[in-house]
Amino acid sequence: MSRLIRLDRTGHTELASWTAEDAEAQQAAIEAFRRELDEGMLASATLADGSAEVVRELPLDADLVVLRRPIAGG
Amino acid sequence: MEAGVLAEAAAMPWRRRASERTLAREGRIWTLWSIGVVVTFGAPTAALVAIEPLAAPAAAIFLAHGLAVLHIQAGRGARAVVPIGSERSAARRGDADPAAEEVALGLLGDLLGHEARELVTRTGLALQRGQLGTWLVGEEGALMVRPGGRRVDCWCVRVSESGELPAGDRVAHLLLALREDEEGFATVANFNFSGAPWRVRLRLPKLAQPALERARSIAGSTRSRPPAVASPPRRGSPPPSPRAAPSPRGRGEW
Repeated sequence: MSRLIRLDRTGHTELASWTAEDAEAQQAAIEAFRRELDEGMLASATLADGSAEVVRELPLDADLVVLRRPIAGG
Repeated sequence: MEAGVLAEAAAMPWRRRASERTLAREGRIWTLWSIGVVVTFGAPTAALVAIEPLAAPAAAIFLAHGLAVLHIQAGRGARAVVPIGSERSAARRGDADPAAEEVALGLLGDLLGHEARELVTRTGLALQRGQLGTWLVGEEGALMVRPGGRRVDCWCVRVSESGELPAGDRVAHLLLALREDEEGFATVANFNFSGAPWRVRLRLPKLAQPALERARSIAGSTRSRPPAVASPPRRGSPPPSPRAAPSPRGRGEW
């Protein structure tokens, strides 16, 4: 089960979850993903080796995609 | 935007991209600055005492002023990091939501390996091994111990609209950005101190000091660019896809 989550004031919110077999859930996740990017969020896919990657399209094979706000120098 | 480059770094084309070389130069500048302060305050102190030993108390005050400058600069670097649970932590605000804090800490724990999870619980700082050094990430900044463990760089960096984000989420934001692109992260962040670890340790909150010791111990075992250390793969994780292939620049390996 893959998950799309957004870091927010509640800790985090799960926006979508999908499996490789569920095309409908995948489509819903893609739409939620695009909506968040349009609102200025950035997406980070956590990879199996523990690294992370910036993504502009929802990687359906990723276990976890996290939406975060931009960072800036303090 | 170049693949693998932190979006925030790509939005700042006027900033020179941080690298091992630029950080080494920054470190040398900080060393020269510290020597300059010591000479500026130390030489007149010595001369004054040599000319008139009775002026030693006044000379000592002058010298103390120089030492205070060095101390304040290291303090500025240490203060920026803000460990979870420290005095300036978002978790200690009056309006902090304990449930949200717990959820955020849970996610942060999921993002970290076993050792780093234990360390963040104990010290409030998230440890991350990188190509440039060993990082400790807090709510509003990061420390990086260079390979060899003899120098710590301090950065001020935070979520641009942190609002009411819980403490764990603030760290998670920075951690993800660091994992996406280590050099980009160091480019976006404001470099505010570089010096000996003991100088930073003196000004770190007590709870965070063991994290610096641990980072030093890891960095001390590497003399140059540390090898990539992967976090334990999650259960059921698929093998890395071609998309996951590391690029020569722009994305740290962990």
